[in-house]
Parts: sequence; structure tokens; C-alpha cells
Amino acid sequence: MLDTPAGRDIKQAHVTHQWKHDRPLIECRIDPLGRYVFASAEDNLIQRWAFADEVKTPLVGHESWVFAIEHSSDGNWTVTAGGDGRLIWWETASTEPKPVRTIDAHLGWIRTLAVSPDGKTLASAGNDKIIRLWNIQDGTPLGELRSHERHVYCVRFHSTDSNILLSGDIMASLKQWDVSKQALTREFDCKLLHSYNTGQGVDFGGVRAIAVSPDGKHLAVGGLHKASNPLGSVHDPLDLMFDWESQKLLQSCVAENIRSVIWRQLFIDDTTLMAVSGGTSGGFLHFWSPTATKEVHQFKLPKLARDMDLHPDGIQVATTHSDSILRITKLAAKTS
Amino acid sequence: MALNYSCRTTEHQFARRSFLGGMLTGATAVVGGLGAFTAPQAYAKLNRDQKRIVVFNMHGGLSQLESWDPKPGTDTGGPTRAIATSVPGIHIADTMPHTAKQMHNLCLVRSVNTKNGDHGKGRYMMLTGRAQTPAADYPEIGAVAAKTLNPPQSSLPGHIRITPGGSGGRGNDSAYLGPKYASISLDGGKPPLNTTLPKAVTAAGDEQRNQFRQFANTGFLERRRTAMTDAFTYSYEQAEQLMKQRDIFDITKESEKDAARYGSHDFGRHCLLARRLLENNISFVQVSHSNYDTHNENFNFHLEQLEEFDSPFATFVGDLADRGMLESTLIVVLSEFGRTPRINDRYGRDHWGNAWSVALGGCGVTNGAAFGATNENGTKVVDGEIDHRHLFHTYLSAVGVDPTGTFDIGGRDMLKADPEGHAIKEILV
Repeated sequence: MLDTPAGRDIKQAHVTHQWKHDRPLIECRIDPLGRYVFASAEDNLIQRWAFADEVKTPLVGHESWVFAIEHSSDGNWTVTAGGDGRLIWWETASTEPKPVRTIDAHLGWIRTLAVSPDGKTLASAGNDKIIRLWNIQDGTPLGELRSHERHVYCVRFHSTDSNILLSGDIMASLKQWDVSKQALTREFDCKLLHSYNTGQGVDFGGVRAIAVSPDGKHLAVGGLHKASNPLGSVHDPLDLMFDWESQKLLQSCVAENIRSVIWRQLFIDDTTLMAVSGGTSGGFLHFWSPTATKEVHQFKLPKLARDMDLHPDGIQVATTHSDSILRITKLAAKTS
Repeated sequence: MALNYSCRTTEHQFARRSFLGGMLTGATAVVGGLGAFTAPQAYAKLNRDQKRIVVFNMHGGLSQLESWDPKPGTDTGGPTRAIATSVPGIHIADTMPHTAKQMHNLCLVRSVNTKNGDHGKGRYMMLTGRAQTPAADYPEIGAVAAKTLNPPQSSLPGHIRITPGGSGGRGNDSAYLGPKYASISLDGGKPPLNTTLPKAVTAAGDEQRNQFRQFANTGFLERRRTAMTDAFTYSYEQAEQLMKQRDIFDITKESEKDAARYGSHDFGRHCLLARRLLENNISFVQVSHSNYDTHNENFNFHLEQLEEFDSPFATFVGDLADRGMLESTLIVVLSEFGRTPRINDRYGRDHWGNAWSVALGGCGVTNGAAFGATNENGTKVVDGEIDHRHLFHTYLSAVGVDPTGTFDIGGRDMLKADPEGHAIKEILV
């Protein structure tokens, strides 16, 4: 159960801050203590903005774009990963952040990281199709999970059970793993999120985002559908809402008249899923409930968005954008 | 009507009409085949002076930055990294680790500026070596290769295209060279259309049909021979030969081991088929790989597409080297253009013809070399700028054909290549 913070009103969402970098931004995460937002960019760097004074500090260490950022639950460690196949540990609050630990973890891109709800385990995955498990405190390898046959796009732990990991790939194969046994336990039918365009000869779509509701009753899997022209970005966002226990598909959540893809999503309470999409139509925050196909609310961001994270206060949302700006949006009424 | 090829340019008219939509049926039953010729030992017996060209057409516009000319760590480089190759000092993108091991058999041209960003025009330029104009039509490199490289006595077509899909038949790509040199399309890697006898026709019945056709032809040709009747006669005879040698197009005749090495997906099978065709002395084979027109998620799509391309292509190059075929086979990897150094807001790259790359290899070129250069972030050619005309001259020169020569088309001299171009002498051996 996740309490709704006082003052939150998604229908009053508005942008409060715009923090400028000099290259298009990619991923972002806010540390668990709410002090900083970290955002990667198309320059192989990560920028750390402090909420308190808006000071920007670069993290230099990767040799390719950074596709994933996560934090240890105590907030002490920031772990980043990207196209160089490396995991890098940083002290989150260091005045001059330097790589503390670097591991050549995967062959090819690491696309995704996840931290278990008990804060002990880090999962990483990407183009080598292997999911690797690590002790997030010291980087000790804990095991690996093999079953995917194509690039793994997303891994996420269950919201309350650290022994359950979910992973999805480009073919929209969604797998549920028993972490301690390192065994595959279930698979969800998400093929609506995959398309093969015979004219263009390309697979497209896949599992781009995974979230389990705080009460553990719902699983949301995001991506795209109606990909009539994958190479030209003609496709619509789609989120599949499943009943966790029965695996029954409850809703296909759509956003009408929008051409984009879901990049990330999370439940802001037991019955509200927030997702960020970006594409030809621009950038949006979408709000869906497990009981309706259409959105509860939609907030159009000023520019095309690429990632999103929610501040621990439950009100502020950070989004990265292709115009090199990191935006902070408040899910609340404006204050005078 | 007297025989007069020049007055009505009949061959040209035929090419435009693509009158050979499929191979004509009615020849004798399939007998034997040339499967035995595909063994390396058998190949060694063939005339090594017989040159061939194989073109890999990276349909849609391959990104030079994700393939032959990566720019890691720059504002245009994207997440793509550069990796070492078998040639010290030459690096290519990390999307092609297997191809990197064959760099000693390849020759990169990193300074292509065709000043074009249109798919149709780019395709025409790269395959004909000429700019497309309403005033004239020119034969593609495959047709030129078929005319100049195919032995006159060859009973096989000299111009084959292997494509992922389509409806088969002959292409409209030989212009004034005529339908004899137009491509035969093996769509989906399948043998040419209509090269087996209909079930209702027996071998004996077919033989009788052919005898009657030849009898009627002879009588007709004595009185009314034209280019059209000659072309029809040729098409029947070539169809008959194709039916007899249908095994050449059948990769199930290849070993299971080779099939596994090339992979079970379409492009792998098509590379194996290309090897088989070249081993059987087909003069020109074009293999298409699709699709690289990545305005959206350029990096994901290039990873996926090049992962499919890399291993079969490298296997193909290695096999040609192992079999001594690189001495007589020119390899070309081209596209209609490259892709923009600028990355758009959907992680895509758009059309770009101003600074991109083509890879050559094998016969007649300096292997293990890289010619030309772009600037630090790939936005401009800074050394050795060339275009489609120079490349076309280079292809012909590499296989021993004088690109400044002419074709006699009904008494009219037609230049084999654009006179404004010249071969890139720095890479020719």
C-alpha cells in the first residue's frame, strides 16, 4: 500500500523547473533521499542536479551512452550502465563523483538495471540476452538468468517481493524469475507489444517498461503497438494491465491520437499508473487505472520526453528531453 | 521486316517492358544439375580468369557511423563504439565483430559524397554510376557485368538478384543492353519462377512441344527475323538451360554444416546461395538486406540488422578467401546513401549523401586498406572525395573491364561508364 501524498493532484500538473544541459538527455533517476536527480546524455556523461541549489555536477567514466541509472535503497550508491557494457558505482553525494567500482559486466549494451525492494540485489541486462545479479553494496556477482533469445530491454523487481524479478525483450517475451532459485517460473503473454514489419524486415516494439502495483495486485507492461511504419516512428503507445495472480489481461491502456512509445512507467499509488511517452507527437505523462482503457489524465510536456522518475515526495516528477532540458513537473496545484 | 536492331531499338523496348516476367515453361525435364561444381575442388578447375561481382545492397541507407566509419565520443557518434579489426589501424563499428576479422579481405572507401538524399535517385546512382535523368536510361552494374564478364558460351544468366521478398521474374535494369542482361530475381532465395514442368506435361510431351516450336521458329525466322524474335528464341533456350540446371539455385544441396554456419534466417541462406551461384560462375549476384532507413531508433535497428548481417557476411568473405575465389570476385557493400551525423530527437538518423562509406573487397582492389576520410565527427569528407561515378569506374576496372570503353548498341557507341568519372586508382591493384 502506498499512501497518496497530501496535495497531489495529477490534473493540476505543471512544469516548475527546466534545467539545461548542452546535449540531448536520455535517462534519469532521483536518489531515494530526494537530494539529486541524475540524467545521462548523448555525450557519454551523467549529470547530477541538486534539488536544493540546482548545481549541476558531471559524472565522467563511461565510454558510451548511459542507458540505465539506479540507486541503492540507502541512497549511498549510484550505479550506472550503458553501451560500453560496464557497471560503474559512484558515491551518490560525493562532491566530485568518481568511479568507485567498474565491472565489465556484459557483452554489448547494458540497457536496463533494477534494484530489489529489500535493497540488496542489483539486476542488469541487455544485448547479450543474459540477466546478471549483483550485490549492490560491493558488486559481488550473485548469479545469472538465461532464457531470453533476443535483446533484453527491461528488468524490474516485484514491488514487495525481492525474490521475484521480471524481464522483457524486443520480442515482447515477458518472463518471471525466482531469484533465489535462479529459475524461470512464469511467462506473460505480451505479444501485442511486438510487431514484425515484413516490408521493412524489422522486429519492433517489445517490452519497454514494467511496473508492479504497490499492493502487488497488478502488473503493467508498456511499449507500443500499431507500428505501421517502425522505421518512420509511426506507432502508438500501449500499456497492458494484468491481474498479477491470474495473469489475465485486464486492460489494453491506450492514448488516442498520439504517436509515441512508453519509455517508463511506475505506480504512484495502488490504482494509478504513471507512464512517460515520447515520439512523433511529442512528450506526455499518461495516467491510467487498472479498470479503464482510456487515460484518467494526460499531461503534455513541452518537448519530446525520453524518461521519467518520481521524487520520494510523490509530487515531483523529473523528465529527460531531446531538447537537452531536464524538466521537473509538480503533480499539484500551482502555489502563488 | 529486315533485321535491324538500331532503327527501332527493339532490345531497349523489351527491357522496358520486362517481357520476361518469369522464365517460360515448356522446356525439357530437369536432369542432373551442377551441384557437383559447388565443391571447392571442382571450383579450382574453373577458369580463374572468369571474374565475378557480388553486391550487397543495404537497402534503405546504411549508417556509415554504425558500420564502416564510427565516430565514438563525438557529438554525432551515438552509443556506437569502434573496435579493432584484423588490419592494425583500421577500426569499424562494434556492430560487426565478425566482419572486423575479415578486414584484411576488404577495402573501405570512407569518402563518398553523392550529394543525394533521395532513395530512388540514390539507388539509381549507386547501381548505374550515373545520375538519373529523364533523357536517358542506363544499365545497372549487374547488367554491365553480365554482358562483359559472362562467357559467350554460358548457358546461365549472368545477372542474379536475391531479395527477401517479391514476385520473382526479370528486372527492368539492363536499359539499352537489352533483356538478355536483365536480372533474374530469386525472391526469398527461391529458384527462378516456372523452372519446373507443370504436372500435366510429361517429359515426352514437352520434348514434342519443343520440337514443334523449333520447327515453327525456323520457318518464321527465315522470313521475318527481328530483334524481337531473336529475344524470344533466346529466352526459350535460356529457360530450357535453366530448367536443366535448376540445382544451382537450390541451397538444400549444400551441406548441413555450411547451412548452420550461415544461419537459418533469410539473409544467411541468401549469402550461402550467393556463394553457390558464384561458384557456378554466375557473373553477377546482388544480395539485398533490408532495412536501414532508420529515422526512428537508428541504434536499435542497426544493432538488430547488422547482427543479422555480420556473421553470414563474414562467413561468406572467409569462404571466398579459403576457396581462392577472392582473386576473381569483387565484393561490394553499398547502399543508396548514408545517414545523417546528426541524431534526431527519436534517436534516429535521416538521409545523408554527403559523407558516407562503401566497402569493397577481393578482386582487383587493395585489401586491408581504407581510402579517404571524413572529419572528426563525420560531417564532411576531408580526404579523397569520390562519388558514384568513380565507384562505378572502380568496380569495372577491378574486374578487368575498361570503364572508358563502349558498347556497340546497334552500331551506336555507348560509354560503359560516366565519362565524368574515373577509377579510384589508389585502391586498384
